[in-house]
Amino acid sequence: MAVNGAQIVIDRLSHVYRPPHGRPVLAVDDVSLAVSHREFIALLGPSGCGKSTLLYLIGGFLPTETGTITVDSRPIAGPGPDRGIVFQHFALFPWKTVRANVMYGLKRSGLPRAEQEKRAQAFIDLVGLCGFEDSFPSQLSGGMKQRTAIARTLAIDPDILLMDEPFGALDAQTRSLMQSELLSIWQRSPKTVIFVTHDVQEAVFLAQRVAVMSARPGRIKALVDVNIDRGDPHLFRSKPFVDKVDEIWELVRAEAIKAQQGKER
Amino acid sequence: MSEPRARALPALASALWRYVPVVLLLALWQAASDFGWVSTAVLPPLLSVLSSGYDLITTAEFWEHTAASLYRGSVGLLLSIVIGGALGIGMAWWRPVNYLLSPIVELFYPLPKSALIPVTALWLGFGDTSKILLIFLGCMLPVTIGAFNGARGSEQTLVWSARSLGASRLQTLRDVVVPSAMPELLNGIRTALALSFILLVSSELIVARKGLGSMIGFLGDGGNYDAMFAVVLAVAMLGFFADRIYQVMMQRALRWRE
Repeated sequence: MAVNGAQIVIDRLSHVYRPPHGRPVLAVDDVSLAVSHREFIALLGPSGCGKSTLLYLIGGFLPTETGTITVDSRPIAGPGPDRGIVFQHFALFPWKTVRANVMYGLKRSGLPRAEQEKRAQAFIDLVGLCGFEDSFPSQLSGGMKQRTAIARTLAIDPDILLMDEPFGALDAQTRSLMQSELLSIWQRSPKTVIFVTHDVQEAVFLAQRVAVMSARPGRIKALVDVNIDRGDPHLFRSKPFVDKVDEIWELVRAEAIKAQQGKER
Repeated sequence: MSEPRARALPALASALWRYVPVVLLLALWQAASDFGWVSTAVLPPLLSVLSSGYDLITTAEFWEHTAASLYRGSVGLLLSIVIGGALGIGMAWWRPVNYLLSPIVELFYPLPKSALIPVTALWLGFGDTSKILLIFLGCMLPVTIGAFNGARGSEQTLVWSARSLGASRLQTLRDVVVPSAMPELLNGIRTALALSFILLVSSELIVARKGLGSMIGFLGDGGNYDAMFAVVLAVAMLGFFADRIYQVMMQRALRWRE
């Protein structure tokens, strides 16, 4: 499948998850999706729908068995620094300080040491962690941990940013702050972002396009464009925003109910 | 500037306060012979043990024996840490290594390592190398098991993060798996440290002409009980301080955990 201008092309991708004990589960079922350069797309669906599995496949963390994923027309082969990832539970190296975490990817960048340090500091400043460079992750709040993780990933300047429910472990206030910050970072230096979430408002607030996924096995049920004016100071009460949330919520509701019944069965 | 010192003094006082029960025990020891509760042939008075201990540490002989013991113990322990740690991490990282080694580890883990004393003596004689081999074999498995469990518990997302930040598989092993294994590995080494003293002294007691264990043996055989108890005390103190120093080092290495 050739899609003009698309950076990431997923074609008829399926994935069977084989737990060490228990029977195999079809987690991703025949998914095709094209993502353009510098697009911000959200993968939205109920928990357990395979949206994270899809993200891990794009990241190259899980092997592609059925179907293909290409990035800039090349099939992916394992993880790489062109696709940075941010996990829900931060995945910071707990034995490294904030600075050493942010430096980790830069060490292999080929930049001179002084340049690496300058760059690390610039990203620490960008996420507002100036003064915490020598703290260990265990000394930081959840929001600060996730800021560190975002700085660590942005520092290596990946073309593509994969985000796996990155704000899901944060309290409501921190989450809404981080959403705005992510949006302003993305607006200043656009990257292709694939953002996994189960929060409809979050998806509508952040993404240009929302891929609604069905309950397991994960399929793409609908692709919804989001064209809203994010500069609106009363965005969350504005009619276009509320209507878009309602529209997508209708699509998700049926799947959420199915997922719930699946669990109870 | 004076603040750390102001805090250091009460810290020292409370550390000393913790050991008051030990002082009481020592007082009880002295009282037992002073008041004739126990025959001095069975338990010599603490004060005579201390005075013969003082005489002992002024002899070159005592220090030669101590040096022999410390040499055997540290070389054996070091080998067990390096080789045992590498095996444990290898087992966690490469499945074939795990298939090959885990049944062997399971089989040998419950074996009382002191049973190897005559075996290593048969192979390597009465000198240093038989003790080093014994301590290495006896101390290796707790280190291996600590390293294995620690490395196997390293979080998937940490490994993935390193890989997506450009680390190769081998760099990920070094930068993520080994540090993840550290807390359990260091606990395994602490067990190995205690085991090394047990194996050292018992092997020297049975088959050696040098070392603190052999000294306990020949002082006892010669009926010199004051000096024998003094050497036992010296070994106990050595073990205690080794463990304390190790714990301080371990806390420093793991200070990121808080």
